[in-house]
Amino acid sequence: MSVMNTAIPYTVEARPETGLYNAKLGMWLFLASEVMLFGGLFSAYVFLRMAAAHWPAGSSILSIPLGAVNTVVLITSSITMSLASAAVKERKFDQFKVNLGLTILLALVFLSVKSFEYGMKFSHHMYPKTNTFLAIYFALTGVHVLHVLGGLVVNAYFWGPGSRMGQADPQRFANRIEIAGLYWNFVDVVWILLFVTLYLL
Amino acid sequence: MILQGRSFLRRCIFSTDHKVVGIQYGITALFFLLFGFCLMLLMRWQLAYPGTPIPWIGQWLGENRAPGGVVLPEFYNELGAMHGTIMVFLGVVPLLVGAFGNYLIPLQIGAPDMAFPKLNMASYWTYLLGGLTMLVSFFVPGGAANSGWTAYPPLADIATAGQTVWLLGMVCIITSSLLGSINFITTIFQLRAEGLTFMRLPFFVWAQLITSFLLLLAFPPLEAAGILQLFDRVAATSFFLPSGLVVSGEPLKVSGGGSALLWQHLFWFLGHPEVYVILLPSMGIVTEIIVNNIRRPLYGYRTMVYSVIFLGLMSFIVWAHHMYLTGMGTALSAFFQTTTMIISIPSVVILSCLFLSLWGGSIRFNTPMLFALSFLPMFGIGGLTGLPLGVATVDIHLHDTYYVIGHFHYIVAPGTIFAIFAGIYYWFPKVTGKRMNENLGQLHFWPSLFLMNGIFMPMFIQGLAGVSRRLYDGGAQYAHAQGVLHLNVGISMCAWLLALFQIPFIVNLIWSMAKKEKAALDNPWEATTLEWAAPTPPPHGNFREIPKVYRGPYEYSVPGAAKDFTPQSEA
Repeated sequence: MSVMNTAIPYTVEARPETGLYNAKLGMWLFLASEVMLFGGLFSAYVFLRMAAAHWPAGSSILSIPLGAVNTVVLITSSITMSLASAAVKERKFDQFKVNLGLTILLALVFLSVKSFEYGMKFSHHMYPKTNTFLAIYFALTGVHVLHVLGGLVVNAYFWGPGSRMGQADPQRFANRIEIAGLYWNFVDVVWILLFVTLYLL
Repeated sequence: MILQGRSFLRRCIFSTDHKVVGIQYGITALFFLLFGFCLMLLMRWQLAYPGTPIPWIGQWLGENRAPGGVVLPEFYNELGAMHGTIMVFLGVVPLLVGAFGNYLIPLQIGAPDMAFPKLNMASYWTYLLGGLTMLVSFFVPGGAANSGWTAYPPLADIATAGQTVWLLGMVCIITSSLLGSINFITTIFQLRAEGLTFMRLPFFVWAQLITSFLLLLAFPPLEAAGILQLFDRVAATSFFLPSGLVVSGEPLKVSGGGSALLWQHLFWFLGHPEVYVILLPSMGIVTEIIVNNIRRPLYGYRTMVYSVIFLGLMSFIVWAHHMYLTGMGTALSAFFQTTTMIISIPSVVILSCLFLSLWGGSIRFNTPMLFALSFLPMFGIGGLTGLPLGVATVDIHLHDTYYVIGHFHYIVAPGTIFAIFAGIYYWFPKVTGKRMNENLGQLHFWPSLFLMNGIFMPMFIQGLAGVSRRLYDGGAQYAHAQGVLHLNVGISMCAWLLALFQIPFIVNLIWSMAKKEKAALDNPWEATTLEWAAPTPPPHGNFREIPKVYRGPYEYSVPGAAKDFTPQSEA
């Protein structure tokens, strides 16, 4: 029997009709499902708040300055992520390393501030079980923190051992960074929504 | 061949080949299907002969579940919750989507594999992990989840530890179906062979595409709900616990302020699209088989495609018709009852197209065709009995009765499971290169058809009398149930006989696989779609050369053609 052609098409180059390579479409679909996940959680927030007799103002429980700092941190990291993606497309690997490194550092800053916030709540005996506001706060931000952690691990891999592909197969590597960037921007957008709903509204 | 260089482990266990993954899904899900069925057989004893020990099997269930062979109410609840969970999430959907979808989609669109083969493998292993988690939950203190497959709080929030394990299992299953659906959609959009436009796709692929979108978008809200219920159970929050809840005479020590309705909204936002996740691939399988065995083109292919798209969209805005009795308000009820009436239209359109296709065909009555044909009236009964449930006023009487059980089982049991059997008989020659025995197939089909109706038809009568579906003794303590309780014995007899008549199928499956001789034909049914153009069984990479597509999927009996079918890949 002749040798079968097992190569999967459009792993690197885009399919002309859709204008997308496989992984990019896959990432968009994944983000669509993520929208539904956070959509479910946000609607839980709306539902609980509408049903509640009394709902505390976010600012009375949460620290707006810390939330604002984290918002700036994540937005900046989105910018450095985009710069990293642009750099690797132009095969400027030094710039890429600097920018992706900054993205990783900023993610670490975000997580540190977040854990400081959590610690502050716990030290004041404010737990998820204390009231519905804190429950939804910990659930929403907790799921978001998991997403930040996931992005951090993937980015760290691309910065470290994964970056070897940048020399061997630069186009495929640029694709990888591009879709990692899509994900990272999504995580950023979710945080902005979280900041507005939980801290400000 | 490329495969020969690989170890057995890579080839058959940790394979990324979509066909191996499909077969893995199929075998695993068939086991779960059988297991879920067995749980129901135990329940049927308790319903037919309440409070009497189960013969033979009873002594093996353990003193904490069935002392002296008599099923305890708590264990009965476990059986009920796990029957639903296992059948839906570990049996039927993995068979329809994981097995048939994985095996057939790349073949039918002329692709060498899925777009993301590693993700595909991960999807199967996550599913298996979720399934094993569910099985393990029977052995935690207090037993498996016992709050129904819908896991309604507050009951589920305060239930035994099995519920937490159930939630963890669900997270695995949801992750698995998420990976699968991303893969399916990407594959269908990106890897179609040259010339295979969307309006030339086999209807099965269309059905799988819409199904994948439902899985992709409807499951995450359930995951959100699952996370919140985990919080409730593990971190003592009150997402689903209202203030002032009293359990066994004691006020519950929680902050309160939550809402049990919130769970129902999030659950049914998945739950109703899930119905179409079960239904659409079944329709896809049935369509392929019917159109092949009538030897004429499908009536209204485009109409069916538009209907299936419309069904997919509408299925996102009918969920609260499961919640008329929750006190959510008449305005919401009116809205959801309208959308429910509307969604019945595309289903009827598809069913009508299939019926009309039969007209003037020269029908071959082989086993797959018999199963596929019986899907039509069975699904018809299931669908039409659903309409009264969609109307709020009638639903107030029928809600949570055996009428509901009869209604949706007509869709999922003689409907969907018959479609699965049809698909197995039909594609078995492509998967193995051998044919299943026709006589054993008929011995499987006719009793199954008769017994399925024997099980579910009397449930309509019980339900109309008002018998609740959740009673441990089947309603023996209720006056209004007395006139219809005797039906339980007949139903249970039919259920046990149904189990007996699955033996011809199991024998047929194993015996046909073990057969020495090969049916050397690549296209034994003389079908037109691309999977029959591949070698049998298809090797890694599927096709000798990537096929080109020149025509629509169902060109049967084209006037002037040399034979009564023209494959899609024929120029």
